[in-house]
Amino acid sequence: MADPVFASPADARARLAQVGYLADAATATTVFLAASLERALLVEGPAGVGKTELAKAVSACTGADLLRLQCYEGLDEARALYEWNYKKQLLRIQAAPSDQAWEQTHDDIFTEEFLLTRPLLGAIRRAEPTVLLVDEIDKTDVEVEALLLEVLSDFQVTIPEMGTVTATRRPFVVLTSNANRELSEALKRRCLYLYIDYPTPERERDILLERVPNLERDLAEQLARAAATLRALDLRKAPSLAESIDWARTLLALGVDTLDGAAVAETLGVVLKHSADHARAIKELDLPTVGD
Amino acid sequence: MSLLERHHEFVTALRGAGIAVSVAEDIDAAQAVGVIDLLDRVQLRAAYAAALIKRQTERAGFDTLFDLYFPARAGHTAAPTAEPDRAGSAFRRDDPALIEFRSTLSEALRDGDETRLAQLAADGVGRFGAVAGRLPGTQSWSSYAAQTRISPQTLMAGLLEQALFGTDADGLAERTARTMLSGRIDRFRRMLDTEVQRRLAEESGREKVAKSAVRPSIDRIDLLSATRADLAAIRREIQPLARRLAARLAIEHQHGRRGQLDFRHTIRASLSSGGIPMDTRHRPRRPRKTDLVILCDVSESVTSFAHFTLLLVYALREQFTRVRVFAFIDDLDEVTDLFRPGADLVESVTNLAAEAKVRGWYGRTDYGRAFGLFRERHLDAISTRTSLLVLGDARSNYGDPALPALHDIVDRARRAYWLNPERHSAWDTGDSVAADFGRIMPMVECRNLAQLAGFVHDLV
Repeated sequence: MADPVFASPADARARLAQVGYLADAATATTVFLAASLERALLVEGPAGVGKTELAKAVSACTGADLLRLQCYEGLDEARALYEWNYKKQLLRIQAAPSDQAWEQTHDDIFTEEFLLTRPLLGAIRRAEPTVLLVDEIDKTDVEVEALLLEVLSDFQVTIPEMGTVTATRRPFVVLTSNANRELSEALKRRCLYLYIDYPTPERERDILLERVPNLERDLAEQLARAAATLRALDLRKAPSLAESIDWARTLLALGVDTLDGAAVAETLGVVLKHSADHARAIKELDLPTVGD
Repeated sequence: MSLLERHHEFVTALRGAGIAVSVAEDIDAAQAVGVIDLLDRVQLRAAYAAALIKRQTERAGFDTLFDLYFPARAGHTAAPTAEPDRAGSAFRRDDPALIEFRSTLSEALRDGDETRLAQLAADGVGRFGAVAGRLPGTQSWSSYAAQTRISPQTLMAGLLEQALFGTDADGLAERTARTMLSGRIDRFRRMLDTEVQRRLAEESGREKVAKSAVRPSIDRIDLLSATRADLAAIRREIQPLARRLAARLAIEHQHGRRGQLDFRHTIRASLSSGGIPMDTRHRPRRPRKTDLVILCDVSESVTSFAHFTLLLVYALREQFTRVRVFAFIDDLDEVTDLFRPGADLVESVTNLAAEAKVRGWYGRTDYGRAFGLFRERHLDAISTRTSLLVLGDARSNYGDPALPALHDIVDRARRAYWLNPERHSAWDTGDSVAADFGRIMPMVECRNLAQLAGFVHDLV
């Protein structure tokens, strides 16, 4: 490759930090490897720990454009890869002079002009640096995974009517998954794997300070520790990093400067979204019940 | 030893530990190692993990083996002060060296200084982890000896007191400090284990240690012999497992199950192909749900198994029309009410035996009496749409198994299964009457989460 995206893991870490993403050493190394080996990066982890943010940060710090394919149940080839523009093709056939041979029309309607590019094909055809984010891949059906295999291993797409489109410049591919479904071995084999877990309290404090302006260092520290404590409880849904950032903003808006039992009890709804979790947290942490 | 050989041995050890590493991944790993700074252990670990590990449950095993094959240091940093003859005898609690060590450790834990803790772990194993070797005059290293002599967890009370000194400690502050400290203590204990394994590997060869070092991943741990920490880990795994199962079921229900033609939708879709209905659209078929009755043995011997099965079933309750649960030891009681919506599942399951009247005069499992009582009191719970699950080890304490009663119950149900947490080879040994029950209803071995998940999937 002509110019590596990142010079070293330390460089990756520094540049991610510049755009506000505080990566730990393992994350930075894996991102660096994905860029220099030109492998897709499969990121797993609980909801709300910054998997999608990572892709956005990589695109921001390398000056690449972000193409996003949001996966959902029932996503198909036509939405992910490419689609022929039927309506335009029909128009073309109807508008064709009546003496035109079928062979000619046939060749005409399967050309670039009638091709609707979807994110996967789009990412491959672009000459500019690109980050392709395939978000929540575990939500799709198994067939879409099969579509991805060709894209991920050879960075090419075969369109039966036109031939094979090969990437001139390989995009940086990030796949994210909440592990709702076990992905196929074939897909996993073609990716580098990164598991992002909840951050350590120290890192969470730094992230809070980075993302929430005007937050006092002390309060950030208390928040990070309280979040770690909540995650250690047996909850249905542990508070995510995104939620603890919301929590910090809430406390800031309320003008709270120390996080004691009463403050936690009042704002618990920001981080815990199930009533059973509320009851459990109040009981385990011995929080005062909010009387109003 | 060259790097390539070390790499190859490491990959072989991973495969030996049940982590599937394909040749493609092997090559990826070698390439990855080529572009990073080899002297940075964090980078090396991350590079190997990214290329070789594709499942988070395998991570613990990977880390253990990585520490073994790429240790942070070689040799002994501190010469063992314990003379070989002293190594076998127990250290006294008031040994001055031990007291001094523990106070240093306490400081390091308080400050959360990771590098210092790593140093102390190395030092601690060298000084307190020695035991007499198999041959007279030799010495070996024992994780058990190091853990019990240093016993870092007993420092907790003192540390907590220090952390909370001078603050008006409410429940939150105490709990927060406790979580933080116990996290550090756990990390330190793992460091001790790693250090012991490293020393053992240096003395008796890596392959030998590698074989026994890796514990099975969570979904393969035997439910009957799991430790407390394992049980907690398994319990945390239940919700995600249930989510995965539910997602898989939802997908499978959609596939190959097309209902009536949806005319309006088909016409609308045909517009994109010039009014020709190329794709027909169908209404989703209404899913048929199962009615579930669970009869579970909640005596001490199988209690954790019953808990996990109930947790899993209730995590999946959207998949069933109705679930009724009956618990028994030698008396029978319905406990469905404990699982009302919104209730704290973990708590309900833990209180199961305490809140229900399941213990009669005998106090040990009596299948015969339980089945008899069920037939007498609750036979109407079972209809032709019901699937019946019996959870238990089929050990009847030599009592009468009341096979006719069970026969009557099973006859009424649409399907019936017995889940047995014992290994298949132990069935019909001692007081187990697995074969007798097995003739009436199919008995399924269900020793770990993976088997349990597989069964529940097939059931729905």
